[in-house]
This record gives sequence, structure tokens and C-alpha cells, in this order.
Amino acid sequence: MKAGQLFTRETKAISTARRSLLMIESIPGIKYNEIVDVRLGTGEIRSGQVIEVGKETTIVQVFEGVSEVDLLESTVRYKGEVLKLPVSKDILGRIFDGNGKPVDNGPPIVADDYLDINGSPINPASRQPPAEFIETGISAIDGLNVLVRGQKLPIFSGSGLPHNKIASQIVRQARLKGKDEQFAIVFGAIGVSYDDAAYFIANLEETGALSRSVGFINTASAPVIERLSTPRLALTAADYLAWEHGMHVLVILSDITNYCDALRELAAMRGEIPSRRGYPGYMYTDLSTIYERAGRISGKEGSVTIMPILTMPDDDITHPIPDLTGYITEGQIVLSRALERKRIYPPIDVFLSLSRMMREGIGEGKTREDHNNVFMQSYAAYAEGNYLREISTVIGAEGLSDRDKIYLESSDKFEQEFISQGPYDRRPVEETLGIAWNIFSKLPVEDLKLISREYIDKYLPEEQDQEHLE
Amino acid sequence: MGKIWKISGPVVIAENMRGSRVYEVVEVGDIRLSGEIIGLEQDKAVIQVYEDTTGLKVGEPVERTGDILMVELGPGIVGSIFDGVQRSLVSMKDDIGDFLSRGARTFPLDREAKWHFSPTLSAGDTVMEGDIIGTVQETGLLEHRIMIPIGTQGEILEIHEGDFTIEESVAIVKDGDKKKDIHLMQRWPARKPRIYAKRLNPGNLLVTGTRIIDYMFPLALGGKAAIPGGFGTGKTVTLQQMARWSQTHLNLYVGCGERGNEMSDVLHSFRELKDPQTGRLLQEKEIFIANTSNMPVVAREISIFIGITIAEYFRDMGYDVLLVADSTSRWAEAMREIGARLEETPGEEGFPTYLGSRLASFYERSGRVQCKGSPERSGSVTVIGAVSPPGADFSEPVTQSTLRIVEALYSLDVSLANKRHFPTINWLTSYSLYADATREWWNSISTDWSSMRDTALRILQQEAELEEIVRLVGPESLPEDDKLMLLASKIIREDFLMQSAYHPVDTYTTPKRAHTMLSAIIQFYEMAKGMAETGTSVAEISALPVIQKISRMKDIPNEDFDNYIGELVADFESAAPGEALK
Repeated sequence: MKAGQLFTRETKAISTARRSLLMIESIPGIKYNEIVDVRLGTGEIRSGQVIEVGKETTIVQVFEGVSEVDLLESTVRYKGEVLKLPVSKDILGRIFDGNGKPVDNGPPIVADDYLDINGSPINPASRQPPAEFIETGISAIDGLNVLVRGQKLPIFSGSGLPHNKIASQIVRQARLKGKDEQFAIVFGAIGVSYDDAAYFIANLEETGALSRSVGFINTASAPVIERLSTPRLALTAADYLAWEHGMHVLVILSDITNYCDALRELAAMRGEIPSRRGYPGYMYTDLSTIYERAGRISGKEGSVTIMPILTMPDDDITHPIPDLTGYITEGQIVLSRALERKRIYPPIDVFLSLSRMMREGIGEGKTREDHNNVFMQSYAAYAEGNYLREISTVIGAEGLSDRDKIYLESSDKFEQEFISQGPYDRRPVEETLGIAWNIFSKLPVEDLKLISREYIDKYLPEEQDQEHLE
Repeated sequence: MGKIWKISGPVVIAENMRGSRVYEVVEVGDIRLSGEIIGLEQDKAVIQVYEDTTGLKVGEPVERTGDILMVELGPGIVGSIFDGVQRSLVSMKDDIGDFLSRGARTFPLDREAKWHFSPTLSAGDTVMEGDIIGTVQETGLLEHRIMIPIGTQGEILEIHEGDFTIEESVAIVKDGDKKKDIHLMQRWPARKPRIYAKRLNPGNLLVTGTRIIDYMFPLALGGKAAIPGGFGTGKTVTLQQMARWSQTHLNLYVGCGERGNEMSDVLHSFRELKDPQTGRLLQEKEIFIANTSNMPVVAREISIFIGITIAEYFRDMGYDVLLVADSTSRWAEAMREIGARLEETPGEEGFPTYLGSRLASFYERSGRVQCKGSPERSGSVTVIGAVSPPGADFSEPVTQSTLRIVEALYSLDVSLANKRHFPTINWLTSYSLYADATREWWNSISTDWSSMRDTALRILQQEAELEEIVRLVGPESLPEDDKLMLLASKIIREDFLMQSAYHPVDTYTTPKRAHTMLSAIIQFYEMAKGMAETGTSVAEISALPVIQKISRMKDIPNEDFDNYIGELVADFESAAPGEALK
């Protein structure tokens, strides 16, 4: 953070301290939204922000609360700035806290520039629609929910589900198809446990990815306000690497649920009128200022791809956090507890998951000509199998026709062979499509209505051979 | 000059503002952020600022402009991309770069471009408000008609053919003892509906090319419709389809608080896609307003009004205009945020109590009218608003307030999306009150339309009832005639209602073609019923090759379509007696 510099202004004229707010007699030159330090009589220093400034009174929210604040001894010092991140290419390989201070025992950053962590919106007329396929090596993503550069694709998870493992696998494996060029990784840990943060860093170290990564860690025990600044710091670092240095950046933010809860906590302390489930009415807009920083810009080299992770409270996808996120992001990868119970890894729920950018990222020259057909057919066959599974629990498997039984079987195979894979298994997209074709070979060929004839002739394996192999 | 007295989020209170008007536009602070006065008390003015107020200080200047928020209307507007306060995003990109910065200023319309003006009246003619005095061929698809502004009338003293910028005088009108210059550009206050001669009832069908809309739940020109849907229900794609293919003279796409990448996708696709009737690029009849979700909230509130004002302006030229707003929920949220800052008493879920009336003031600006002035002409504005209900729960205030105003509802269904049935318009819960208004139009295509539509909707309704039973006893236990009905409804759903936005043929269906498709399906059903009566099992009927042929119907190019249908009908005739005897 840029130091207070010449314009440091201080006052002791605090008239009220209530909830987390201080009402202070105004002094000239206070900027709306600027950061303040509050020095208590005990010598402790807390940070806060100007949330309203008037000619007579200024209201400051103290992020760590007003306990032990006294009206006689406490001093408020205005720092004249909003939060800024010092940046240079040296941030790669470094780890910072939710205030932008290094926590890895390394030297301070010699800054090329100080950037406002709130960023600026990308002009919609400057955006380039994302269309470059990112191969994650995970079949359920590469085959059915394709991630492209510049997309924002969240993982909707639940407590106890292996979202961190999947995110780590993506970080290890993601690259542009056919190129070995890897992503720069920016990792923002928001209110996570120390163990989760350590797991992620260890994973980066282990794969040698740390040197092309930047971490911002706000653990559960760190101040709540830093949950709000952590994703913005991470995205400011990402913006800088992408737009100043032409790098392709993948940003992992975990856990957005902690972010939203922090937003609610601070809003409640200000006495704002709550909206659904107590979250503030502007949460959609607030989240969009994070997610919308993903994108590509016409004529610029780099890109920012965002993969936020959130845990759905009680696995409820209609909860405001996944709901508002889903309205902003370009699809979602949803994890399923039912698949997890069947010990399928990664437990990706194919029906609820969706990538809105998929169509642009696949096909000839990008993945393979038959990709879209394979996607549609896999989806339809798996859906039919699942429907029959549901029916058979009511009427019994005997009530099913032979054709139905084939579908039932194929949907099991789909889960065990297509969706399921090892955490270190990096499947090229051709392999992913090949597995789907193997499953199709068990279905009556006249049922492959969603695949054009030409691809069936080209890619469908002979059924005989298949049975032989097993 | 005024001075900032208090700052709270996007709301700024300024002192020393005596003499200003409510809704007057002001410039706030040293970096001159634009804002609008929304309340006055003594010498203080409450201002909503269209840009982020971070860093403003008490005592910074607030300058009045004397104007209320005006929309610039004139040649050069078609194909433009504006932000929420009608700044040209393309000029901003050229002037200040790829990121939006605060306090930037650009003119909405190009001041330097020259347009060829061809007068239709001559010196000596007497003109009234709204009279068309000449035209500018603005794009290959749109003739911009230059009208006498409201508030001017009299005798034309001079009028010239030639190339003009939008600020140069093309004619002089003697109005009383004043001489008034007529320019290609005029201005109109965004919050005020434009004036027309007479309101007409919504009439002809708005052809959207989406079968379930045109055929099942038709929308009339001048109508108003809402599309509510949870995330992932394909709301944006459905709206984009309408903005792309609707057979209107001009379409406006207002992206209000939505995704940036999606907006960019719309912008890029309109530069490539062609109008099905004329073969010209779609951007020749399209105007965009892009205020994405991360752009300033307050500008969302006004962006909708800017859009509808532009729509009315083209309506007044005698055109049919479609305005698509995505999404009105984000617009309502912007009002909620301002309302909370002003410490207004909140209504349901924190939305302001005037939510309903504000929504109505927008939707009610749609309609078909007899335009003011001569030559005599009528025009229309059709409005389609997306609604994004939290948790796909339609009982929330924005959806409910909207339903009280609109006459057509296309309700998008998450469960259809999970089955990848697109568009996800649910045929059981959607409705249109324009079926009667468009009947006459449909009769010119086919007098069977109404009965065919009823038949199809009835089959779908019966399917829904049977589905409950199927879940309990399995499909095999149903009687044969029910099984056959399920087969028919499946064909209607998959081969008629389902429509791919990405298939080059399927993406747009003419009403005539839609009618032929559904007629073929119903004809098949009648034939199959005959077969079933003479003992053919439904399993055998399901295996008939004509079914495959029906399912390929939607992808057959228009030029081959008549032949294909001819063959299909011939197949029915040969299949029916032959198979039925087995």
C-alpha cells in the first residue's frame, strides 16, 4: 500500500462509536472511500474506510469493530488513498496477505506502478469474444463443459467435496491445446482454513508452478475486511500480468462464499437494509465487479480467465451466492454429492454443469470436428440412462425393455469411464472423445441421431473389437 | 456554482444549488462526473452520479448544465454502441483506450460525418410538428426520415439537398416571427414519452422466426412481453434470437447490467449475420446500449429510458421497432440501491415502493400509434423485457410487478434447460393475450392456424397429465391410444418446439413454414390414429421411417422444403394403407 505521504491528516474529534462505525467531525480534504488508520488509546492500530463524508460529519467503518475504542484518546488518521497494490513482474512466485503485504519472508516488492485494486471496467466495445480452448485434461470439463480463455467459470461445490483437488488438477494441467505454454496462476484464498491454503501452495510448489504463480492468502483468522480486498488484489495482479505483460492468467478464487458472508457482515454493521437471506441488495453488482474482470481485449495478447470456487450452503443451488454468481458467470461446474458417494472423482454433475462459451471453443481446428456431435449425443444418452435408472427404482429393472437396459448400462459406463479419472491423469481431448465413442459403440447405431453419418463412419469403433478388448 | 456537501455512494448532496431543476444534469467534482439532480431542498440538491464517486471530496465544485438528460437523435445512430448515458463506446475506445475511465466525455453522434439529405418538401410548403421534410439513407436497411421537431411549425423558407453534418441547417422554417433552423439531429428528454397523434391497438404479428413464439404464443407489433428465467435457461440466447431475426425496421438491444463477454458476442455476431429477408448485415438495423454489470449502477436506471426514447423516435418515422431489454431485474436493483441511499421506506424485499409504477412507465411506452405529422403513417414499439428472478422463483417482486403490466409471458424453465430442450419456453405456463390480435394476420397465411394451434396445445397439455401416471406405472402399462398421443406430443416437442439457435436453417423459421411443419405432424398423428384403430401397435408405428423424416424436417433448407414436404406427405399415404393391413 502506498504510504500516507505528505497529506497525512489526523483528528481526535470522534463523537460517536457504535457498531462498527465512528462518527467524526469532518476536517477538510477527506476523500470518499479513502482508507484510515484508527489508533486506539491502547496503542493498537485498526484500519477503516470512509463510507460517508459530509461537511460536518464523516462516517468511518472500522473493519475490526469498535470494541475498546474510546472517544478521548483514539486518533483517526486519513491516508488519502484507496487501497493500491504495488506491482512489478517480481510478484511472480510470491505470496501476499489480504492487504498486499508479502508473507513469504521474501523482500518487499520494488514497484513499477501502484494500481487501484478496484480496477476499471473493460469497455464492452473493446472486448474480444473468448474462443480459445483450454485443455484441462479432465474429460467431464474438456468433453462437456469446455473452458475457454477469458471465460469466468465457477465451481459450485459443497462442504466436504473435492473442489480444491479439482482446482489443483486444473492448475497443474491446464494449457492451450497443442501448445506447451502454461498459464500464469493467480490464487486468491478468501477466508479459507490454514490447511486449505497450505494444500494449495504445496501443490503449486510440487509441480514447479510456483514460479509462475502469485498467491494472496486471507486465512479464516485474518481480518474480515481483507476478505473483500483479497480477490481484488488477486485480480489486480492478474490484470497487470495480462494487460501489461501479455500473459495468459488463470485466477482461482476460493471461497466466494466467505467473501459474500464478509460482505453481509460489514453491510449489517452499517445498518443497511438487507435483501435475500440478509445479503446486501447490491451483492450482484459487487460480485460482478470481481467476475467481470475476466476477458480478452481485441488487439491485446494476454487474457484473464477466472475460476471462482464457492461452497453452496446446504448444497442449495438457489441460495443467493450460487444464484447471483450463476447470473454473472458464463456457466458453472457443479459437483455432485451423489457421484462423490459412488466414489467417482471428479464428481462433476453433468446435467447441472454448463459452459456458455463451449460452442465457440470447440470444433475443427480447435478441438476436433466431431466434438459438438459427441457432446450432444453423450448428453442425450446419459440423460436417457439416468431417466431409466429413476424409473427402474419404481417399477423394477424387469419392467425395462432390452433397449432400455443397454442405456442403463451405458450410463454406468459413462460415469465410471468417462467422468471418472485419476487426479494425475491428464487426458488429451482426443482421448476424451475416444472414450465417448467407445460408449457409443454399445448403443444401437440407429440411435446415434445427433451425430452426422460422416463422423459415425470415421470414428465409431467396431463393436466386436470392443468386446474382445474387455 | 454549487459545492459538494456530502457523499454517500452514488448519491451526492450539493449546496448552493438554488435555481436548479429536478432531473437537471450536473457535473460533479474536479473530475466532472456526470449526474442528475433527483431532489431539491432549500439550496441543496440531491444528485445521483452516473459514475463511481470514490475519491470525491467535500467542497469540490458541482456545475449545472441547465439541461435535463437529453437523448441525441439523428443519422449515425444506427449501428452505434452506447453506454448507459448514451456515450459512444467506440469513440471512448478510440479516445481513452480499452478501459473505461471516469469523467470521460464523448458525443453520442459523430459531429463530422456528412449525410446526404434529400428533401421531400420544398420552400413555400407549410409544415407542422412531426412532418417529414426529407430523408437520409443511413444504412442499406434504413432510411432515416427527418422530421420537424415538436414545438416548430410554419412555412419553409429554405430547404436544400446536399451533404450535411448533423449540426448544419438543412432547412429554415418561419415559425411566427421567428426563423428556425432545422438540423438532421434533434434532441429529446429521455424520461419523457414522445408525442404521437393517436394510440392504436396492437395489430400484426411480430415475426420473430422462433416457432414457439410466432405460432403458439404470438406477439403483436406494439405489444409488450416478459421473459423471466433462472440462470442457465438460455434467456440471453432467446433474446438475442429475437433481436437478430425479428422482422422489424429497427431493433434495439439494451444490455442492462449483464455480462461483458456476452455483449461482445452480440456485437461481433451482428457484424457477421445477415437479415434473412434482405441479405444485408444485421447491424444496419440495430442499435446497442451496453451497460454491463460492472459498469456504474446508476447509469443502468437511465439506460432503459434512453433506449425507449430512441425506439419512439424511429416509431415516429413510421417504423416498427423492437426493443429488447436484458435484464429489467438489474434495472430494478439499481433503483433499490438508489432508494436505500436516499433512505426511502422500502417495499417488498427492499425494492422501492414505486417499483411497479416505474416498470409500468417503461413498458407503457410500447404500443402502436398513428404518428404525428404528415404524410399519414403508423409505427410501433414492441418491448420484450428479460427478468432474472433470484433462485428462479417467480413469486419475487420484479417478476410479479412485471406480470401485471405485460400481455405476453414466455416463461423459461430450468428443467427444460437441464434436458437441453431449447428454447426453454414452457408451453404450459407461457401465454399470450395477442392471439386474437394476430388472428387476422395468421389467416392470411392459413385459416387453419387457430385450430392447429389449439390441437397442438391440447396434445401437450394431455401429455403433462399422463406424465404423472407414467412415473408411477411405467410407459408400457398405458393403453395404446395414450401411447400414441405421447408419441405425437414427443414429436411436437422435439421436432417443432425445439429449435436450435445455432443451426443455419433452424435458427429462423418463417410463419408459413412453421405452419407447414406443424400441419405435417398433425397429419401424421391423424394417420397413425387410423392405423392404430385397425390394429397396428404403437411400437410398430414408432418404427416407421417417416418419423425420422419428420425429425429432419427442421434442418431442410428453404429452397428444398416444399419438395421435402411433398415427399413426406406421399410417404404418409403409402405408409398408411400398407402398414395398416399387416
